[in-house]
Amino acid sequence: MKQDNINHAEAAAAFLQDREQARWHDSAIWWVRQKRDAQAKQLPEWEQLRALAQQIKSHTLSRLDEYLTEFQTNAERNGVTVHWAADADEHNRIVYGILAAANVKKLVKSKSMLTEECGLNPYLEQRGIEVIDTDLGERIVQLRHEPPSHIVMPAIHLKKEQISELFHKELGTEAGNNDPTYLTHAARANLREHFLTAGAGLTGVNFAIAETGGVVVCTNEGNADLGTALPPIHIASMGLEKIIPKQAHLGVFTRLLARSAIGSPITTYTSHFQQARPGGEMHIVIVDNGRSDILGSDDFSQSLRCIRCGACMNTCPVYRRSTGHSYSYIIPGPIGSTLGPSRDIKKHGSMAFACTTCGSCSNVCPVKINLHEQLILQRKRAFDAGTLKPVKKMGLLAMRFLTQHPSLLDAGGKLMRKVVPILPVALTQHSAWSRPGRELPQMPAQSFKEMWQARKENKQ
Amino acid sequence: METPHTAMKVALFIPCFVNELYPHVAMATAELLEGYGVEVDYPLAQSCCGQPASNNGDSQGACDAARRFTAIFKDYDYIVSPSGSCVSHVKHHYPWYIADDADYQAMQPRVYEIVEFLQDVLKVDRLPKPVYFPHPVSIHQSCHGLRELGHAAPSELMIPYHSRLERILQLVDGVDVRLPERRDECCGFGGTFSVDEPEVSVAMGEDRVAQHEATGAEFIVGADPSCLMHMGGIIRHKCRPIRPLHIVEILTGRGGAA
Repeated sequence: MKQDNINHAEAAAAFLQDREQARWHDSAIWWVRQKRDAQAKQLPEWEQLRALAQQIKSHTLSRLDEYLTEFQTNAERNGVTVHWAADADEHNRIVYGILAAANVKKLVKSKSMLTEECGLNPYLEQRGIEVIDTDLGERIVQLRHEPPSHIVMPAIHLKKEQISELFHKELGTEAGNNDPTYLTHAARANLREHFLTAGAGLTGVNFAIAETGGVVVCTNEGNADLGTALPPIHIASMGLEKIIPKQAHLGVFTRLLARSAIGSPITTYTSHFQQARPGGEMHIVIVDNGRSDILGSDDFSQSLRCIRCGACMNTCPVYRRSTGHSYSYIIPGPIGSTLGPSRDIKKHGSMAFACTTCGSCSNVCPVKINLHEQLILQRKRAFDAGTLKPVKKMGLLAMRFLTQHPSLLDAGGKLMRKVVPILPVALTQHSAWSRPGRELPQMPAQSFKEMWQARKENKQ
Repeated sequence: METPHTAMKVALFIPCFVNELYPHVAMATAELLEGYGVEVDYPLAQSCCGQPASNNGDSQGACDAARRFTAIFKDYDYIVSPSGSCVSHVKHHYPWYIADDADYQAMQPRVYEIVEFLQDVLKVDRLPKPVYFPHPVSIHQSCHGLRELGHAAPSELMIPYHSRLERILQLVDGVDVRLPERRDECCGFGGTFSVDEPEVSVAMGEDRVAQHEATGAEFIVGADPSCLMHMGGIIRHKCRPIRPLHIVEILTGRGGAA
């Protein structure tokens, strides 16, 4: 879980104190963006695929009720138990109910941002159930008792030396052995033990297919497969927007997903789950938790097309220079900065301002969500909800007035041009503009308006 | 492109901060247009296009500014500005506030960023006066010009490469055009973002300046004074030799004087 009241600007400033680590973070993630570009470039139909994915998702969202019902009918026909959860708490209660009924003491989980969103781990742990995250990155952040900093690469903010230290402490690996292969093997051996002793496995869902009632889980580590093949109970938790109509549509998304996410042609495992294995149980929990409110919003419904590839984070120049931990909502970066404010504008409204509106996110998005525009539109809600700092709001109201009274705007501009050059450095150097290492613009003697009028008089 | 364009009524749209801080960029824009025989008017009643209000969620302020802008500019044949970001706000974000306004609908297609206007309306194939600019320059694609106005093929999209700035610089003699690593990463200005998140803003700007410097260029050339202002502030703080330059300063032969 994330701590409350993270302010992006402050958290980012703290992160940037260690410029070397920050540069490394930026470069490591930019490298993934470059891999994505290289993969996308190899498909001449890339832009067509994006358009197709956008259309399939938009269509599905326009008839979501029908497709969800079709999905439920088909899943139940396969012998799967389908549960509906209106919110996070109901989701957690359902999962706990399933586990308690079977007297499960240990749950292995593959990566699921939804369970992070719902705060499932602490909920179960408080009720005596041990929860083991089995995705390597998730396991690392779980052992560190911190939230993931990225939705696809949860531990991307950590260097191998930091992981080595953590594993030495938690898993008893050799001190100072930073070899990634050694460390991965240690984690694998530890996880194997948990897979073998868990009473149930929980997975996320990348795609739920209405036509078949099956769900598809994409991983690179195969942990979802072990977590569902070994314990007798499989719980799949999904947001209600994960539906696609037909099996035939899946290829559009699997071709886009891994290329967008990590610059691979496909994930190592694309696992299809349609029914429980013999003697086992399979449950699907379909979660709303604010999604139907977003669906009802003209400005933000597009955000439900998201397939959680994380490409918007990898391309975001602000994200790369601030880490996911600087964002207050569990999903960071551009997509999180619309989903978070949609969920709670008072709590997460400031995330919408952690953005230069450069628009790169909207362009990399495989389902063409207008991300940067949504962030600007979320700022309207933040303004209306009264979350802006008083000094900023006053400035905006002053600007509102000056825009309507250009002679006063001009007078203010002139005052600025005359006064700024004679201000003592001691006064300007602590301003938000100058403090981090940026000089004020040089102030010209005349404004263009003055030059233009003088020029006109000379001509006459 | 030999006929004069005296018949068209062109209004200069000079963003508020350009009026105060970069008057020479505004003047170069006027002179460039006049060099092609265009009669240029500068409506003195103009103020701010409302982008700062919009980007900070002040819908009322943004809406008022949009209506005011439309009233001032609607009767001109063309509205031309040396700032891609402000043009993009008028063209692409005004509909959030005044989509149904008939005057706005009629005006919207006639608002141009200066390079677009030269290339798409005047269809220029030479400069008014020949310009010799024997310097290496690094192209800065400003985000709104790039991704909202389509000034170039953004690196994220798998579409054929094109670049308005590179194309218009072909009319300049001697110029050596270079592209930075990460050819279109944001400089970090972002309007009020620059003071809301000053540390991130400057970190981005420092990286951007370093990438432009690494090309060996003497100038960073762009079509948006705001990005150039931000990078310029960082350059002067670090006392670096590279200089930001607006494209119109080169096209009018004033480059290097700034």
